[in-house]
Amino acid sequence: MLSFIESLAHRLGGQVERVAARNEHEVYLQLRDADSRPAISILRSEYQGRVASVFAEDRRSADACFFVYHVIEFPGDPAYLLLSTRIDHTDPHFPSHSVDIPALNWQEREIQDMFGIQSDDHPNPRRVALHDNWPDVHPLRKEFSLTTVLPEFEGERHIYRPALGEGVFQIPVGPVHAGIIEPGHFSFAVAGEPILYLQLRMFYTHKGTEKLFEGMPVERAVFLAESISGDSSFSHGTAFCQAVERAGAIELPLLAARMRTILLELERVYNHVADIGAIATDVGFGIANAHASRLREMIFGLNEVLTGNRLLRGMVRVGGVRRAWNESQLSALRLTVHGFESEFRHLVDLIVSSDSTRDRLERTGVLRLEKARDLGIVGVAGRASGIDLDVRRDHPYAAYGDFEIHPPVYDGGDVWHRMQVRIDEVPASLNIISALLDSDLHGEPCTPFDRIAPDSCALSSVEGWRGEIMHWIRVGADNRLERCKIKDPSLNNWPALVEAVQGNIIPDFPVINKSFNLSYSGTDR
Amino acid sequence: MFKILNETFRTGIVTTGYPAAAADIAAGFRGLPRIDFPAWRDARPAAEVCPTDAISAVDLGGVRDVTVDYGLCVFCGLCAEATPEGAIQITPEFELAVEHRQELILSAHYGLNEDGSHRDLISVRPGAAAVEPAAERAGRKLKEQISATLGRSLAIREVDAGSCNGCELEIHALNNPIYDIERFGVHFVASPRHADMLLVTGPVTRNMEVALKKTYLATPEPRLVVAVGACGISGGIFGRNYASLGGADQVVPVDVYIPGCPPRPQALLQGILMAIGRMKQALHLST
Repeated sequence: MLSFIESLAHRLGGQVERVAARNEHEVYLQLRDADSRPAISILRSEYQGRVASVFAEDRRSADACFFVYHVIEFPGDPAYLLLSTRIDHTDPHFPSHSVDIPALNWQEREIQDMFGIQSDDHPNPRRVALHDNWPDVHPLRKEFSLTTVLPEFEGERHIYRPALGEGVFQIPVGPVHAGIIEPGHFSFAVAGEPILYLQLRMFYTHKGTEKLFEGMPVERAVFLAESISGDSSFSHGTAFCQAVERAGAIELPLLAARMRTILLELERVYNHVADIGAIATDVGFGIANAHASRLREMIFGLNEVLTGNRLLRGMVRVGGVRRAWNESQLSALRLTVHGFESEFRHLVDLIVSSDSTRDRLERTGVLRLEKARDLGIVGVAGRASGIDLDVRRDHPYAAYGDFEIHPPVYDGGDVWHRMQVRIDEVPASLNIISALLDSDLHGEPCTPFDRIAPDSCALSSVEGWRGEIMHWIRVGADNRLERCKIKDPSLNNWPALVEAVQGNIIPDFPVINKSFNLSYSGTDR
Repeated sequence: MFKILNETFRTGIVTTGYPAAAADIAAGFRGLPRIDFPAWRDARPAAEVCPTDAISAVDLGGVRDVTVDYGLCVFCGLCAEATPEGAIQITPEFELAVEHRQELILSAHYGLNEDGSHRDLISVRPGAAAVEPAAERAGRKLKEQISATLGRSLAIREVDAGSCNGCELEIHALNNPIYDIERFGVHFVASPRHADMLLVTGPVTRNMEVALKKTYLATPEPRLVVAVGACGISGGIFGRNYASLGGADQVVPVDVYIPGCPPRPQALLQGILMAIGRMKQALHLST
């Protein structure tokens, strides 16, 4: 519960329609007026609020309106504030905040695309999620059927900002890339080797995920959550289950909280070690990557022992985890974590002692603090640029409340520091796992649950290995979902890439991109 | 330099012996769910929990028509947990690649008791594909030519047509020193112009349809297409919806299908080598 909610409600005075705390993690404040700008301005300037996400909901059948929600977090307070405004369904529009809060640019445009709610005064109101060949449809409106077969359509071509001037060229890349990576389109404007600017086009992997959640029973939806972003299966699965548990007031057994924490940290470790190797590859240090991928394989093998799946799938469930671990699984965990520690030290030593690697990574792809703050950058990329955010510490979940989390924060903002954050986080993760291995790992793995009261909603956040993952759900009748909003940290962080590459040379783009390693699928859904 | 050499000698050779030797797989790995059809007392609980409807049951006139489609399976193991009589066993089988979509489907008919449980098994047959491939296989007629031309050196272009990136992680692993696909003369290339095979993942999204088609057309003949993972085969948990067209074969002809969510590296290896005639199909459901 927000400690200052009363003073806040008083400060906003007549703007407040009502205040309600659904659970200890979130407070809902509904505004009387559809214009949220004055309230958000006060929350940001006087309460240091950070707008983490904005999303919409079609409530025309229940409340005869749409709702737009702004999720706001405050330093030092574990509860989130969800500021909601009613949007008239006859002429749906909402005020854009993108000029003041550039971080909301894509999210506001996505609301336009998916709900047909116009974002007033948006500096760049073009489509973002739906491409040129989409007719005028709004898939997240309730009357739009999931299985609609859209006709062929030729819309207006997306115009990229032209590159003009003597010796200036445009380099289009993608959506099918040269490496084994996800699809997206990058349009570089270059003058010789230096990059003048980069334009991104995403949402190539948009596959209707949020719409698919609607109507799905919550147990089944866990598997869909695991497929939002493949390398964050366990984090997204956990974020989703946590949301359902909060909505249904389902208490998590201690064993499940501890097991989830261990698996979340294993996911962080395998991704961080793979990224460290990939960064080395992109500056020509292939042998370091060979060792890094050998290390990742150690964790994949352990994942399989612990969960039956190399990507940790099929283990998390609503109310806990599927099964407890037996002694042989626990000893495999102990053994691998122990062996991994020294292997990781060898890998780091190999990379940081290479002067030529260091030379390529330092001062490459710099993202400055002010830019990072404006763009709302989170997670590894944020911490490397001085943004001290970590959901594990700021909004504890699973067993993280038992730990003191000290996230590494640097002000360098370059590729080197984004790698350094990962280098620091791996041993910290292993320490958390080791501490949990010394705790009691016996007991019930899961709390059974029955019917969740219809109309229950809840927000859940998890510090995935990239950063802040958020799920907001509303459960309808028969434990079926009414709405599931997913925010992957990649959605925040893609614009950081655009800033970080400016002035760098084109051959450094792969390593800058890799130092962020953002999820396309998590962004596009 | 000394450090690099030292590390190399310290770790030694880490490459797996698979496929010459058996694959090193953890005890709890969830591979193919095998169904003992005569012993199956009731298909409904498994159909109820299956997240992708890989097991589906329809009752018509006292007869239950059960379809098991491994092309949709995400290998979660819930079906076995939901079937108390033990008729479904999760096996460690992972060599699941097939040439025809229908080879992943079984269809069983049961007579029913009054309580809806199975009275007797009427038949089990290979099933028909739920959704016919829109594009016919490309390589079938060219099979021998392809093996002769590409068999000893294969260039692969990977195309993510909408995947969650899970399959990509395992495809990446093929290039690591453990699975080291280059020991078979197989390598990944940066352009479809240099490729003999497209390895396609993900449900094909509406936004990737044109890109996948163009990539296919840019690949010189003879060319092969391998569909990877539940999504690449059938659309998987995403299925067919306003933004997803379903499996890769809805857009391009597919020569080999590799089930999994995601398929483990050895399973990918088997499917790729099978496509060029260097490994045999291991899965024969109907026999």
